[in-house]
Amino acid sequence: MEPILSVKNLGVRYGGSAEWAVRGVSFDLGRERLGIVGESGSGKSTVGRAILRLLPGAEVTADRMRFEELDLLDIPERRMLKVRGARMSMILQDPKFSLNPIERCGDQIAEAYRTHVRATKRKARAKTLEMLEAVQIREPERVYDLYPHEVSGGMGQRVMIAMMLMTDPDLVIADEPTSALDVTVRLEVLRILDGLVRERGIGLVMISHDLNLVRNFCDRVLIMYAGQVVEVLDARDLDQATHPYTQGLIAAQPRIGGDRGPLPVLQRRDSWVEGAA
Amino acid sequence: MKPVSVKNLSITLGAAQILPDVSFDVAAGECFGLVGESGSGKSTVLRCASMLWSIWDGEVRIGDQSVRDMDVMERCRTLQMVFQDPYGSLHPRQSVRTVLSEPLAIHGLDNRQDRMKAALSDVGLPSEFLDRFPHQMSGGQRQRVAIARALILEPDVLFLDEPTSALDVSVQAEILNLLARLRQEKGFTYIMVSHDLAVVDHMCERFAVMQSGRIVEVLDRDDIVANRAKEPYARELIGASLAYEQVV
Repeated sequence: MEPILSVKNLGVRYGGSAEWAVRGVSFDLGRERLGIVGESGSGKSTVGRAILRLLPGAEVTADRMRFEELDLLDIPERRMLKVRGARMSMILQDPKFSLNPIERCGDQIAEAYRTHVRATKRKARAKTLEMLEAVQIREPERVYDLYPHEVSGGMGQRVMIAMMLMTDPDLVIADEPTSALDVTVRLEVLRILDGLVRERGIGLVMISHDLNLVRNFCDRVLIMYAGQVVEVLDARDLDQATHPYTQGLIAAQPRIGGDRGPLPVLQRRDSWVEGAA
Repeated sequence: MKPVSVKNLSITLGAAQILPDVSFDVAAGECFGLVGESGSGKSTVLRCASMLWSIWDGEVRIGDQSVRDMDVMERCRTLQMVFQDPYGSLHPRQSVRTVLSEPLAIHGLDNRQDRMKAALSDVGLPSEFLDRFPHQMSGGQRQRVAIARALILEPDVLFLDEPTSALDVSVQAEILNLLARLRQEKGFTYIMVSHDLAVVDHMCERFAVMQSGRIVEVLDRDDIVANRAKEPYARELIGASLAYEQVV
């Protein structure tokens, strides 16, 4: 099957920095769910932003970065505007900061739709209500008229998911979609996202620091360390990780009903950085 | 080692009850957890008990003294707090030396140099770090400095407000190990706020589940796996955490 997204040897260097924030990252994404896991500063969000071309001022190099028929390396920004938010979109971490605080939730979703699709206001509204229902909001009519501060975190994130899926994208990048949410609503939001992604055959890149999350909601996982991919695994084989970094991350996680002894601490080695190059 | 007892702690602002009525007891040397969703009032309890907020009714006693009756100096030498985000809780333009020497100067303590070095070595940092600024340290190192700041007046009780939720798992493991070791060595009493049940299970003997300002249920750590929670909300929270972790 032709991949939706194909990245080969991606490198990103932020302006004014001598270090590469991301180096030598390669992967193909079909209609599947790919997790990118790593600690803060490992470059996982930078990869997501590079794909959406949201890194002004940074140097982005790659042997190949294709999204369907488009070459993301040299498509002009004017054409990118038609792609971003329409055919690929991004779910951000915290609805408190990523929704417009002075616009009603429903209007924001409708606006995102009308930016990319020619539709009357009435049709956009109908489509929005339909989408709010798809993300399992019980009273879409009421929620449509609420401002972001009037909805809970879980509801806000569902509004965000609705907004991003309105235009039927082929690729969704979810950057820590639930880490700002309480554990009681986290699973619910993830299941809604997962259901829609599978049902519509969307390619999903899930960026997260949480191994539990990607284990349950991804097919394949890239583990990143210091800007490089150190290991690629099927999500169900995460326990059989061979790289010491992945093993260290899994072991450092406290577990309910664990032995409560001192947690194994990750011993970082310089060789991890060169070894994967 | 001192016990902490919170009795009928409540806040009412006009018609709004922020905290209806919170009571619990923590034994000397115990680690007691407070879990709940954001907005359930767990941090508020710590802020009241530490007198960061004073507009509350009820009584909080540490040892045999009410926190209201202690003067500021005494209170600071009895209880200290470690906050969630080490990026926000350290002054960006103050070196570690300034951060650690200020409480010593205020309290007129001698041997400042030795005390500062001892506090840093307690948290596993070399004494060269005295001349570093927050931006020259990683998140884990900053949290160690924040803990050193809490230790320097040799308090009896530490309030830990989500001490690891801004940190990566690998760094979280280091900080949790550090807190566990310090409790063993110095006999601290901890009250720890967290939204992560796995962290609470790892660190605390007992914990209270909070929902909209109320303590729904106080549970023993073993009650999680043994499924002994009775209240619906406590069961929901534990169920969601277990499902998330896929232990079951």
